[in-house]
Amino acid sequence: MSMISVRDLVVEYDGRRVLDGLNLDIEAGQITVLLGGSGSGKSTLLRQILGLERPKSGSISIKGTDITACSPADLNKVRRSLGVAFQSAALFNSLSLEDNVALTLREHTALAPSVIDLIVWLKLAVVGLADFGKLHPQELSGGMKKRAAVARALALDPEILVLDEPSAGLDPIVAAELDELILFLKETFQITALVVTHELPSAFRIADRIAMLFDGSLLAVGTKDEIRANQHPRVRQFLDRVPGSPVHMPALASYLERYVQTQEAKP
Amino acid sequence: MANLLEIAGRETLRQLDYVGSLNIQLWATLRGMRAALPLVGNRHRWRAAVHQMLEIGVEALPMVALLAMCSGFILAMQGASELRRFGALHFVIDLVAVGFTRELGPLLTAIAVSGRSGSAFAAEIGTMKVTEEIDALKVMAFEPVEFVLAPKYLAALVAVPCLSIVANLFGILAGGLFMFFSTRLGLLLYFHYVLNSIQLRDVLAGLVKAVAFATIIAHVGCLEGLRVRGGPEAVGRSTTSAVVRSTFLVIVADAIFTAIFYFVGKT
Repeated sequence: MSMISVRDLVVEYDGRRVLDGLNLDIEAGQITVLLGGSGSGKSTLLRQILGLERPKSGSISIKGTDITACSPADLNKVRRSLGVAFQSAALFNSLSLEDNVALTLREHTALAPSVIDLIVWLKLAVVGLADFGKLHPQELSGGMKKRAAVARALALDPEILVLDEPSAGLDPIVAAELDELILFLKETFQITALVVTHELPSAFRIADRIAMLFDGSLLAVGTKDEIRANQHPRVRQFLDRVPGSPVHMPALASYLERYVQTQEAKP
Repeated sequence: MANLLEIAGRETLRQLDYVGSLNIQLWATLRGMRAALPLVGNRHRWRAAVHQMLEIGVEALPMVALLAMCSGFILAMQGASELRRFGALHFVIDLVAVGFTRELGPLLTAIAVSGRSGSAFAAEIGTMKVTEEIDALKVMAFEPVEFVLAPKYLAALVAVPCLSIVANLFGILAGGLFMFFSTRLGLLLYFHYVLNSIQLRDVLAGLVKAVAFATIIAHVGCLEGLRVRGGPEAVGRSTTSAVVRSTFLVIVADAIFTAIFYFVGKT
C-alpha cells in the first residue's frame, strides 16, 4: 500500500520546467530514499509533497488525500500525520530544545503538561539528547541540531517521517549515527520514511527503495541491488562519481590566449 | 524614450504589487488576529502578544520618554523665543500641550517604534524565512500569519497608543520645566493651564493617529520580513527597507490625518 502517491507531477518556475511528469509511490513501512545530484529537483519534489508549493499539473495523494486539490483544513490534517526534519533543522531559535519538541503537543493536543514533559523527554532520549532539553538551538552542534529536528518531527508520532538531507554537512561518524537512528525508528515504530539525500553511503545503508532523480524526471526506482545493477549512463555516472562536464583544456588555453591578445592590443 | 517608459512601467507594477501584498496581508492578519485575543483566542498566541507588548512598549519606554522630553524642551524654547517678542509667552503652554497631544507624541513614538520594533519584526521574520522556520511552521500545521504576525499586530496596536500617551506626558512635562525655569510658573498651575488648553478631540485625534501608525509599522515590518528571498544579505536589506518604508508611510499618513482633522475641525 502506498502512503504517498505522486502522479504526472509537473512543476515550473518562471516557465522553466523543474519536474516533468513525475510518478512515484512511497510504500508504507519502508524507507524510500530520493537520490539525485544538485539541481535534480529533489528539494522541489519534497516541497510539493509537504504542500509548501502548488504544482502546475498532476496530483500528490498522502494517505488518500490529494493535497494539490484539498482544502487548507484537510491539508493541515494531512500535515499532522507527517513529521518533517528540514535540511537546516529549522529549529525555533527563540525556544529551548524541549519547547521546540513540545510545541505541536501543546498546541495540537489536549494532553496534560506533565504528560507532554514525559513525551518530550522520551523523544529527546530516542535521539540521544535527553540531557540537552534546556539548551537553545544556537548552543548545539550541527549533528545535535539534526537529531533535535528528528525529535521534533517525531513529537506527534507521525505515520510518515520526511528527512531532508539528514547527513549533509556532518562528519562521517555523526552521519553514520543518524543513519542508525533512522533505521532504529523504522524498526521500532514501523514508520514510513522519505529521505532526501545525495550521500551515497547513507542512501545505500538505510534505503528499502531508492528513487533516482535527474533533471526533473525519475531515472530509476528500485531496491538497493536493482539500483546498483542499473546500467543507465546517468545512474552509472552518479554511482561511480564520474565528472559530468570536465574542463576542456585546449578550449580554456585558446580562450586565455585570446584574452591576453586583446589586453595587449589596448593602448 | 521607450526605455524610460519601460522603467516607469516596471516600477509602477512593482509598487502595485507591494500595495497588493500589503492589502492581502492586512486581511489575512485581521482574520488571524482573533487567535491572539485574550479569552476568545489561543492562550499561546495571547501570551506571545503580551511578550511582544513588553518588547515594543515597556522596553521602548525610556527611549520614548527621553525623546519626548528633548522634543518638549526644543518646542518650548523655539516657541518662547518667538512668542516672547509679542509678549505672549504663556502661549508656549498651548503650543506644547496641543502640539504634543495632536501631533508630536504619536509621531515621535511611531518613529522610535519603527526604528526599534519595525526593523526587529522584519529581521525576525526574514531570518525565520531564510532558516526555513516559516516552512517548518506550515508543515507542523500552524498558520504563520496567526502564529507570527497576529501577536505582533495586536501588541503594536496596544503598545503604540500607550507609548504615545507617555510621550505626550513627558513632552508636556518638559514644557512645564522650561516654563518653571524661565518664568517661575509652578508645575501645578502649568498643568492646570495644560488641561484648559487641550480638548478631548485633541487626545482622540492623537490616539487615532497612534493606532494608524501602529498598523503601518507592524504591517510593513512583517511584510518586509515575509518578502525575504535568499540569504542573510536579503534580511539586512529587508530590515533597512522596513524602517525606511514605515517611517515614510507614517509621515504620509500623518499628513493625511492632519489634513482630515483640520478640515473636519473647521466645519
